Amino acid sequence: MTPRRKRLLAVVAILAGVGAATALAMLAFQDNLLYFYNPSQVLAGDAPGGRTFRIGGMVTEGSLQRTEGTLQVRFVVTDYQHSIPVRYEGLLPDLFREGQGVIAHGKLTASGEFAADEVLAKHDENYMPPEVAESLHTPTPARVSE
Amino acid sequence: MIPELGHFALILALLLSVAQAVFNLGGAARGNMAWMAAGRSAVVGQFVFVALAFGSLAWAFIQRDFSVVYVATNSHSQLPLFYRIAAVWGAHEGSLLLWSLCLAGWTLAVAACSGSLEAPFRSRVLGFLGLISIGFQLFMLTTSNPFKRLMPAASEGLDLNPLLQDFALAVHPPILYLGYVGFSVAFAFACATLLEGRLDAAWARWTRPWTLAAWLFLTIGIALGSWWAYYELGWGGWWFWDPVENASFMPWLAGTALIHSLAVTEKRGLFKSWTLLLAVSAFSLSLLGTFLVRSGVLISVHAFATDPKRGIFILAFLTIVIGGALLLYAWRAPRLKSAAGFEVTARESFLLFNNAFLVAALGLILLGTLYPLFMDALELGKISVGPPYFELVFLVPMLPLLALLGVGMHAAWKRGLLGSARNRLYAAAGLGIGGALLIGGAAYGDLRPMTTLGFALALWVMLSALAIPLARIRARQPLPAAVLGMVVAHFGIGLATLGITGVQSFKVEKDFALAVGEAAQIAGYDFRFAAIRDVQGPNFIGVEADIVVTREGSPVTVLHPQKRLYNSGGNPMTEAGIEVGAARDLFAALGDELGQGRWSLRLQYKPLIRYIWLGAILVAFGGLIAALDRRYRVPAQARAGETVPATQ
Repeated sequence: MTPRRKRLLAVVAILAGVGAATALAMLAFQDNLLYFYNPSQVLAGDAPGGRTFRIGGMVTEGSLQRTEGTLQVRFVVTDYQHSIPVRYEGLLPDLFREGQGVIAHGKLTASGEFAADEVLAKHDENYMPPEVAESLHTPTPARVSE
Repeated sequence: MIPELGHFALILALLLSVAQAVFNLGGAARGNMAWMAAGRSAVVGQFVFVALAFGSLAWAFIQRDFSVVYVATNSHSQLPLFYRIAAVWGAHEGSLLLWSLCLAGWTLAVAACSGSLEAPFRSRVLGFLGLISIGFQLFMLTTSNPFKRLMPAASEGLDLNPLLQDFALAVHPPILYLGYVGFSVAFAFACATLLEGRLDAAWARWTRPWTLAAWLFLTIGIALGSWWAYYELGWGGWWFWDPVENASFMPWLAGTALIHSLAVTEKRGLFKSWTLLLAVSAFSLSLLGTFLVRSGVLISVHAFATDPKRGIFILAFLTIVIGGALLLYAWRAPRLKSAAGFEVTARESFLLFNNAFLVAALGLILLGTLYPLFMDALELGKISVGPPYFELVFLVPMLPLLALLGVGMHAAWKRGLLGSARNRLYAAAGLGIGGALLIGGAAYGDLRPMTTLGFALALWVMLSALAIPLARIRARQPLPAAVLGMVVAHFGIGLATLGITGVQSFKVEKDFALAVGEAAQIAGYDFRFAAIRDVQGPNFIGVEADIVVTREGSPVTVLHPQKRLYNSGGNPMTEAGIEVGAARDLFAALGDELGQGRWSLRLQYKPLIRYIWLGAILVAFGGLIAALDRRYRVPAQARAGETVPATQ
């Protein structure tokens, strides 16, 4: 093979590799991008129906209700302008608390309730989840912890 | 008084870093031996003063000096001594100081062990390391001073985040940082090489053990983090594709590609500019990782921007280091030519594929990690990239990589005719597929295609690694440490693959609401909630449950999950109860009291999960064996005659 053909072959191979990687990324992105909405956006109809997405806000004080002796819980997530009821069955994270920030992952039901399959309170007691903080338009104390 | 001494020591360290950079780079450029000698002394001085600064901060923690802001925010009078020391690197400022200490330590090691290098080259390496030190120390002194005083002093500290009060997480950052920072040596070597415009086999031979050392620390650091997440976060996951985890995994992938590419550069004088680019990338990704985790940008792009001093410094520093190195690369790399060719079946091709697949996985993970940050910064909506994305883009390149790995280990350099190795490989492949069918079918009664493929690849890699020492012993050939290390590390990769396949395919995780006396079943095990009682620790109170586990009536173990409330306040913490086993882990985490005497419990069955970390330990151990190969200790001059000409 002449050096020229070799170089051509290398360029074609690299292009094919990059193309394959891009195609893979597009494919993987398609179903795995999760959008975040606050309760006001959800009530305004911005959130997609039938798809999973994340909502976030503060857990309204006094809104946490358990069905006695079961894993079913209901609570209300608010951005202080609008609120959405959330239902969930399972263990709540350690950092879950009324009056604190929370992110729930799930789908909106026909009744306007958010059926969560995962509840995250991924923050320590000194800050709230970033999306929550911003959707509340309050400054976030930037304390970082791993 | 001691914190002021620490502050002062840090300022002196910065001045010595400047001296280290100026005298070394200047001395090398002008050929001035006195300057270069002074630059070398500056390395020692810099290390001493960074160590002094670090010691002062540790002293403030040990003495519970709550008049220092950083101590008051990250410690507590009841915190045990071990965690008071670990709290030094529990947050932003102290972890930067630890980073700087690691860098000074690696620099000192390079200065001490580089007697065989030519003086100007050694000075350039030390000079580039000095430039990085300047950046970090300047960053600390201008924006993140750990010695800042609190007036008036606090009477009590806010306490170390309870999540961090744990052995694995206490030792995780130093080991991880030794890895991150260790890549700075390969980086400085690459920059010095580019500056001089020549690269020979001696260069690659010199860089290899340093890169291996950094890489093995990073491997252990990542494995520790994964192990910690498994038992401490209370959810039993071992990898979450969290940006913080990706931040440490990306330099690992680049470093893995680098040690393989270095092998080709040393043995065959090929892939030269590619190797240099990987060396630059591995350290750049380490820097990016440090800042992603520590700058607050992950918590919020906008919070990051509201503290513009730190943000602008970080961006400027990243731009200068990465951009500068890439510019140097673009300018000088075309001078480095790789001369020789090789056959398609030669080991070089396998290592080329290794690099292509690793870099592809790395690029796709980088994309998924940074994409949400860009979207957010450009106000295009808030998104997050879910774990399924990362699983897919990582799995796709890893499957062919593992398949080729088994063959590549047996391929010879340049000619690559497999010859007698062929029969060994057929045997390994046959046994691998047979073993996979046996494990899937007999042990788990499940032969899903992906599970079987995973087991087959795992066994294939392990068996084909084992075939090398077996064949060498039978043929009475020597087994050098570098080969043995390669075998052990690749066996570890196979073992980790086995564990990952097992746990991802057959894990069972379920939440239950149980009252004392009630039982739940998962994966053939009965978990009976036998009792619950109050417990008291040194700085926490809590409740502990007894979960009696039986299988078909015969006792297996008793798990003791806890729920703790630390005296310093804050949220309750879950301590999982785990029974460790060779075939599976049994895992119980205690949730909340639900009323009617019931508690929520998360019960899990995790088959083969231990092999993930055991595999990682073997990978690191293999790296250690290879790094200690005698070949790397032979002085470079003694081998000067056999170097491959670098520039044409």
